[in-house]
Amino acid sequence: MTAVSEAAQTATAVEAPAAAPEPAPALESEGEAKPRDILIICYSGELEKVWAAMILASTAATMGKVRVFATFWGLQSFVKDERRITGQNWMQKMMSFMQQPGISHRKLSKMNFLGMGPWMMMRLARQYKAATPKELLEIGQAMGVEFIPCQMTLDMFGLTRDDLIEGMAEPVGAATVIALMQEGSAPLFI
Amino acid sequence: MAMEIAQTVDAKGLSCPMPIVKTAQAIKGLVTGQLLEVLATDPGSVKDFAAWSKTTGNALVEQTVDGGVYRFVLRKK
Repeated sequence: MTAVSEAAQTATAVEAPAAAPEPAPALESEGEAKPRDILIICYSGELEKVWAAMILASTAATMGKVRVFATFWGLQSFVKDERRITGQNWMQKMMSFMQQPGISHRKLSKMNFLGMGPWMMMRLARQYKAATPKELLEIGQAMGVEFIPCQMTLDMFGLTRDDLIEGMAEPVGAATVIALMQEGSAPLFI
Repeated sequence: MAMEIAQTVDAKGLSCPMPIVKTAQAIKGLVTGQLLEVLATDPGSVKDFAAWSKTTGNALVEQTVDGGVYRFVLRKK
């Protein structure tokens, strides 16, 4: 969290002296500076948060390098949709039973109403031609977004690499994520 | 001299971020200097295309609006 606020402060500090009265100073800086890599820590499993993460990931992929670190509830979105029960022991199996894994089975944090909320969201997405989280995930993969599973979450939930969708990167831990931030990736915790 | 449009992306009716995503996918297939035309109806795309052009270096050479349809012409970097 400190990394986020520090990054934000640095960004404002750099842009501040450019043009004070301009409404959009971020767009004022000209030049060929390489854009920062984006690192999205996909932690949450709720539909609306996964959706936001996928919108940002696919868009960022059109502008530069993007990595998505999928951890805790966030990793559930990267389990194959057709997997119903995952895990090795009864607790892991029970956890997967209670919160069906897969990006197409995400629930809303508010107004879920036993699936009525997500159903209406998908209807509205179709009506307004907004891409669904699953579509955005596939677009992201096609555009080179690196989706990285968290090793500890895999272990804790008893998930295997085979439970995850195709094309996921090698699992890593927190140190890799911190190192990416220290090297200058712009971090987002969703 | 008026350069020819090499390709047109019809993103009319699509919501964020699809106009940008479709544009990025289409521009990959062009060669440097070629022009890409994008048609969109998402009002947010006006600011989005300006920002996208700035960061990616694909110049936004033309921008018009006609009856709720935004038309952008980008020159591939």
